[in-house]
Amino acid sequence: MEINHSASQNTEVFPGAVMDLPGGGVVTSSFQDLINWARSNSLWPLTFATSCCGIEMMSTASAKYDFSRFGFEVARATPRQADVIIIAGTIVNKMAPVLKRLYDQMADPKYVIAMGACAISGGPFFYNTYSVVKGADHIIPVDVYIPGCPPRPEALLHALITLQDKIKGGLTREQIREQSTNPSL
Amino acid sequence: MYSETTIVTPDVLQQPLQEGQLVINVGPQHPATHGVLHLVITLEGETIIKIEPHLGYIHRSIEKMSESLTYRQFIYVTSRMDYLSAHINNLACAMCVEKGMQLEVPDRAQVIRIIMSELTRIASHELWIGAMAMDLGAFTPFFYTFRERETINDIMEQTCGARLTMNYMVPGGVMYDLHPEFVARVKSFVVQFKSKVSELEDLVTDNIIFRNRTVGVGVLSKADAISYGCTGPVARASGVDGDIRKRFPYSGYEKLQFEQCLDSAGDSFARYIVRIREMYQSIHIIEQLIDAIPEGEFQAKTKAVIKLPKGEFYTRVETARGELGVYIVSEGGTTPYRIKYRSPGFSNLSALNHMAKGSKIGDLMATMGTLDLVIPDIDR
Repeated sequence: MEINHSASQNTEVFPGAVMDLPGGGVVTSSFQDLINWARSNSLWPLTFATSCCGIEMMSTASAKYDFSRFGFEVARATPRQADVIIIAGTIVNKMAPVLKRLYDQMADPKYVIAMGACAISGGPFFYNTYSVVKGADHIIPVDVYIPGCPPRPEALLHALITLQDKIKGGLTREQIREQSTNPSL
Repeated sequence: MYSETTIVTPDVLQQPLQEGQLVINVGPQHPATHGVLHLVITLEGETIIKIEPHLGYIHRSIEKMSESLTYRQFIYVTSRMDYLSAHINNLACAMCVEKGMQLEVPDRAQVIRIIMSELTRIASHELWIGAMAMDLGAFTPFFYTFRERETINDIMEQTCGARLTMNYMVPGGVMYDLHPEFVARVKSFVVQFKSKVSELEDLVTDNIIFRNRTVGVGVLSKADAISYGCTGPVARASGVDGDIRKRFPYSGYEKLQFEQCLDSAGDSFARYIVRIREMYQSIHIIEQLIDAIPEGEFQAKTKAVIKLPKGEFYTRVETARGELGVYIVSEGGTTPYRIKYRSPGFSNLSALNHMAKGSKIGDLMATMGTLDLVIPDIDR
């Protein structure tokens, strides 16, 4: 998968120009860039896990991988306080309306990561099952997909950094959709 | 794409409430349920009157799926069933197929299987301690237990190629030979475990808050444990000596020396202590075997396409949660006619209502946490 490096380039440093003046300096930036920069470094995930991928998510939170280095430290148990929902595990027909409700309860802007083969397409449960939703994107829109069964913690970290780049790139998913439906914008 | 399912509301399920009673829903999205369990709890004040578990939020139809997979393929799906005991699940299925084929497994494969099973058991119990301490409000043990767990995951990854869903057991033995560094790394893990486990015991076992929240909470008597069909550490904490490794030894457990960890109190603290002692026993088993892995084949010669004779086959193993039974009905073809799993979590969960009835809602997390529920194992 190609990462948008043009987006990540302006995120390595503060998004804006620094003008050095005697005794200090002035930073100029656009307000939207500043907001996105701050937002991307403080994403609060929802503690949502249905199956095996949740264990790898716990590993990612543990000291060895430690996703709090990237600002994902504050895992919230309620969707009303969360920014990003990591769909860790299979979504079955009975869970689908619950997932939709959780997503609806999150405050904008909200982001979705589909972790693992089950959340992408049903994965190992694609064939010959009667109860598995074949991909979480049938229910809610997904920003980043992570392949694997289950993905390694490094893969989850990569997905979280990719999501950060996407946010720093400027447009939310809703804005992208708005642009594509309204060519005049 | 998916069928319309409505979220069940309490008024459909419950009897009309009496005055002063209150119904609350825990789950399916709740941090303490470790997955997607849904409990409908009737309260009177803070006292629990009734708990009704609702299942099916992660029902993936594994049993039905297995009917269309061959005897080699269906084993891999079971890694996703009780993912914390993936090796032991695979072992149960492989043993059931071997029973049907009347296949002798080489000694080397048997020993590798036991070592892998016991490492899995330690990893599972480590994770459980961290997760349950987190349920009770202590965050630090989580980091301590995951340090040991990551070491086991690395060992697994080196030999099996995966950290969590290993798929290492195949009918006739194991898939690959051990990694050359395996023995040395397991030995260094044993040393690490023995020196570090005391830290965990200091943090949790003798912690006055932990003791106050678990001692005498969620008591399950021996008779009730038997009548609800509880197995594993939950039953052993109530004094039921039903360890499958002792009662119905498989894969060479009969040659090993280890204790069955029993307790008589039956409360949440006893369940915790039983698991801690079980980890020591697992280390003891590994120590007996790690220097005595026999040379030879790691896999018996089997045909490319496995066919079982017509009949019914049942095997049982002791997973980290209790007795897992695999029941295969064969019509003589390459795929099973019917597969049924007897999962330990399901019967352990059925005792929850009995254990929590009459206690305060704050104690429910300790009771439920010590049952060590893995929801995909219950729903399958």
